[in-house]
Amino acid sequence: MSELWQYFRDNQSDIAQWTWTTVWLAGGSLVAGLIVALPLGWVASRYKWSYPPFVTLAGLIYTIPSLVLFVTMPGLLGTKVLDPVNILVALTAYTVALLVRVVADGLASVSNDTLAAAAAMGYTGRQRLFAVQFPISIPVIGAGLRVAAVSNVSLISVASLVGVQQLGALFVRGSQGVTLVPIVLGVIIIMLLAFAFDAVILLGIRLMTPWQRAVRAR
Amino acid sequence: MIRFESVTKRYPDGTIAVNSLELTAPSRQITVLVGPSGCGKTTSLRMINRMIDATSGRIWLDDKDTSKIRPAKLRRGIGYVIQHAGLFPHRTIIDNIATVPLLLGTDRRTARARAMELMERVGLQPDLADRYPAQLSGGQQQRVGVARALAADPPVMLMDEPFSAVDPVVRAQLQEEFLRLQGELGKTIVFVTHDIDEAIKLGDQVAVMRVGGTLAQLATPAELLSRPADAFVAGFVGRDRGYRALGFAHADALPVAQEEVARLGDNLTTARDRASDGWALVVDAERHPQGWLAVRGLADNALHGQVTPDLLNLGGTLAAESGTLREVLDAALSSPSGRGVVVHDDGTFAGTITASQVLALIEAQAAGDRQQAETYAAEVLAGDAHGAPGGAP
Repeated sequence: MSELWQYFRDNQSDIAQWTWTTVWLAGGSLVAGLIVALPLGWVASRYKWSYPPFVTLAGLIYTIPSLVLFVTMPGLLGTKVLDPVNILVALTAYTVALLVRVVADGLASVSNDTLAAAAAMGYTGRQRLFAVQFPISIPVIGAGLRVAAVSNVSLISVASLVGVQQLGALFVRGSQGVTLVPIVLGVIIIMLLAFAFDAVILLGIRLMTPWQRAVRAR
Repeated sequence: MIRFESVTKRYPDGTIAVNSLELTAPSRQITVLVGPSGCGKTTSLRMINRMIDATSGRIWLDDKDTSKIRPAKLRRGIGYVIQHAGLFPHRTIIDNIATVPLLLGTDRRTARARAMELMERVGLQPDLADRYPAQLSGGQQQRVGVARALAADPPVMLMDEPFSAVDPVVRAQLQEEFLRLQGELGKTIVFVTHDIDEAIKLGDQVAVMRVGGTLAQLATPAELLSRPADAFVAGFVGRDRGYRALGFAHADALPVAQEEVARLGDNLTTARDRASDGWALVVDAERHPQGWLAVRGLADNALHGQVTPDLLNLGGTLAAESGTLREVLDAALSSPSGRGVVVHDDGTFAGTITASQVLALIEAQAAGDRQQAETYAAEVLAGDAHGAPGGAP
């Protein structure tokens, strides 16, 4: 324990820097992924024929090993090898892959009676989407977002192998040195970070869906 | 007024849901579309507010062709009550009810005030306003659905099996309140149901549809029961229709007999002296009938004490003086004394009537109807002989 603390104190500024990089890469890719996945998921739920190809494609993207994606990004984007944007884009792709299906399923989970009622009340298609369908699918989309957040935070560490410095650097150090201390410390910080992301998203969901608690209390 | 002008709905796979429908739903009346599943009744309903567009034909809303009105705008002017209520689960009751006024640009405060009024109107406690739909019972949710449809005070209401998902007791209650509400509001209503009893109870006119989306008969409930257009309608209207038709027949004057009554609190001996044929009718201080007291064969020494509610037989139903022959006959048949209790419209005792007296009334009316029917048949036959179509009644 004291060794962990000592190591933390000795490398405080590095660790703070790496933590911050991890946070913005994970958070940024999560937000970007959600923004891209919402319209794609909407298309997949709106036009039934597009659902299977979208979901299959998303599944394929998710099976690409992260290292491969990190390595190929500079070639695809024309960025520098050490540019963190590579990691951001790659993680965004994973987030989209995870969320497209979740968004499509979430939107499809709204009952037909509710949709018919919304149309009958005189909502236009767009009003219905934003005022009825999206709000009702928040719990489903939110659950997917929690999975994506935790997955992103842990995937980022792989980026150390392509030279982008973040919390994964602790694992590289640990594997080179004689002590496991940096690895244990890295695992602890990454887990705390994952919990923090999860808590923030959970709080957001709860604030946006007071009706869900009413349902559960019944 | 809503008018279907040769409206057909054909789906791309060739299925015809509604076939050349001609139908007028008069203003301020309830028109019920009834028929087995697949008869196109819901499709017809949804074509009125363009949730489904007709393949051919026109639907007129007063003098406006609905196909010329933008769907969202058209729908905001037409109340819609959907099966299972279809409430928005993420909005509170009051916000559900205020949906259409808010869409129309009413400010939030006015819309909510209006919603509170409507909650009271449809019999919902004001403290439910901030609950969510999942916290309400099925019957309450259906009331919210009705309030939501009424919120923008549309002249036209469409109702798609609104009461079919609740238990029979609640359904009967909702139906009664619906009729009361319609008495106050006078909306032009098109109501879809698969339940012929509901159709007959609620409709000013009933349109029976058959599979394939054609109109089998359009008639008042009484006419539907007494003169089904064909074997399909007769079968659909079902059994007991002779008896159920009495629900639409009224007597001009009921030949009620006066009788001596006992009051709650009278001595039992007084009650016995006023009884006839072993039964005394007991009323309260305002002369509202309370029940029957059996006094036959009771000796004086058994009759000490007073008439109290727990001694009464409550088996008999009451019929209002202005009620239907069905109510009057039921009162006579259910009465333990064999004498049906008839009350004035304020609930006070008017007199009694026996089943045979009611039957005599029914027979007399039926004889009149038969004569009418014979004249009608003769006219139809005469019309046919002249090559004219057999004119509508």
